[in-house]
Amino acid sequence: MRPVAIIGIGKTAFGAFPDRDLRSLAVEAGQKCLADAHVSPSQVEAYYLGNFAGPSFVGQNHLAPYIAGAMGITGVPCTRFEAACASSGSAFYHAVSSVAAGLNDVVLVAGVEKMTSQTTPKVTEILAGAGDTCGEVRAGATFPALFAMIARRHMFQYGTTREQMAAVAVKNHENGAKNPLAHMRKVITMEQALKGKPISEPLTVFDCSLISDGAAAVLIAPLERAAEFTSHPVKVLGVAQTSDYVALDQKDDITTFRAVAAAAQKAYKMAGVTAQDIQFAEVHDCFTIAEIIATEDLGFVKKGEGGPYALAGCTRLTGPLPINTSGGLKSKGHPVGATGVGQICDLVYQIRGEAGERQLERHSLGLAQNLGGSGATAVVTILGIA
Amino acid sequence: MKNGIVYTETVVHAAPEQFVADAPYQLAIVSLEEGGRLTVRIDGERVAINDRVAFIEDRNGIPFFRKA
Repeated sequence: MRPVAIIGIGKTAFGAFPDRDLRSLAVEAGQKCLADAHVSPSQVEAYYLGNFAGPSFVGQNHLAPYIAGAMGITGVPCTRFEAACASSGSAFYHAVSSVAAGLNDVVLVAGVEKMTSQTTPKVTEILAGAGDTCGEVRAGATFPALFAMIARRHMFQYGTTREQMAAVAVKNHENGAKNPLAHMRKVITMEQALKGKPISEPLTVFDCSLISDGAAAVLIAPLERAAEFTSHPVKVLGVAQTSDYVALDQKDDITTFRAVAAAAQKAYKMAGVTAQDIQFAEVHDCFTIAEIIATEDLGFVKKGEGGPYALAGCTRLTGPLPINTSGGLKSKGHPVGATGVGQICDLVYQIRGEAGERQLERHSLGLAQNLGGSGATAVVTILGIA
Repeated sequence: MKNGIVYTETVVHAAPEQFVADAPYQLAIVSLEEGGRLTVRIDGERVAINDRVAFIEDRNGIPFFRKA
């Protein structure tokens, strides 16, 4: 298996862009990425696209060649990957597999979602399609409802509190306010977070990530060829994708995401590192409770200690393990299909020392965790200085 | 008659399009006496984790339970 490097990145801002269509967002991210790596469209050997629900949100199918063609990329495999909110994490995993195997050299991986042209109840309904529509969804479950039930159980088993969840939201808004590409660039107070409008009890609007438009792209190549394209390649040290049941009521213990824990162990083994070596992380905070559970499943803290760890400030920019320096899905925004590759871009900004006001001192080894549905797909990626 | 114990629950305020008229409504995952778990709607009094609940009926394919 050949070592793989990221040789370029490109992101659009995340936000609500009524005058932008899905394709123009994906094209912008792709072109920025190619420019970053000084690569022309004719050099791209494959296009891997993560997108959750373009057909439902905007009525467009056959998305990968549709977008690639608009960038002048034709005559190569162009494929869309759908794995709920882990769609582009999955696209990345499969793209790395193809380069590592020697099937392709220069591969463009992207993610895109255009969500804000639909009403919130309609968006809620489309997102619920990532759950079990013959069971939980038919009974009236939404994604906030599923994570609210996860939160209730985590609170019951481990004594996790509303304040601990709110601390995640406050911290992520603090970081996102410093990110020029974030959707909601404003700080919030603990009091605001606790008194937000209820969405699905005990979660308030401040526990939930945002409905956003946006796109992100990364260009990968064999590490041995990286120097042809860039003076600052980033090495893919480990990447793993695993799965679990789709329905929440089929999982024995809903206070942990078994797929995340399994993907993390595989990725750590591949990278030859442990959880304690990781210097910073972008985790999938679709809801505040999900960030708390991620810190546990990734092995950063013991089971049940994620809440106190967040409230103590350990995951802030100044803490021992900064998490979601980008602002996370909570503040940066969550255009679901773009999130996985977006997280990888955010790791690369830190590793290359380009994170501006949010730049960390220890930034040579980062981890990204991308979650699909209520844990049926998980992708964990570990990046480091090449 | 299916009976069970509440494993977890939530009250949904922001409903998907087809259930907007029902909101707020309580949803629970119930551990059934006969084994397995089921996602159900709760009718009437609100329930909490470990409460005993009893099956009422299926309405449009949705199992409804109430506090036992």
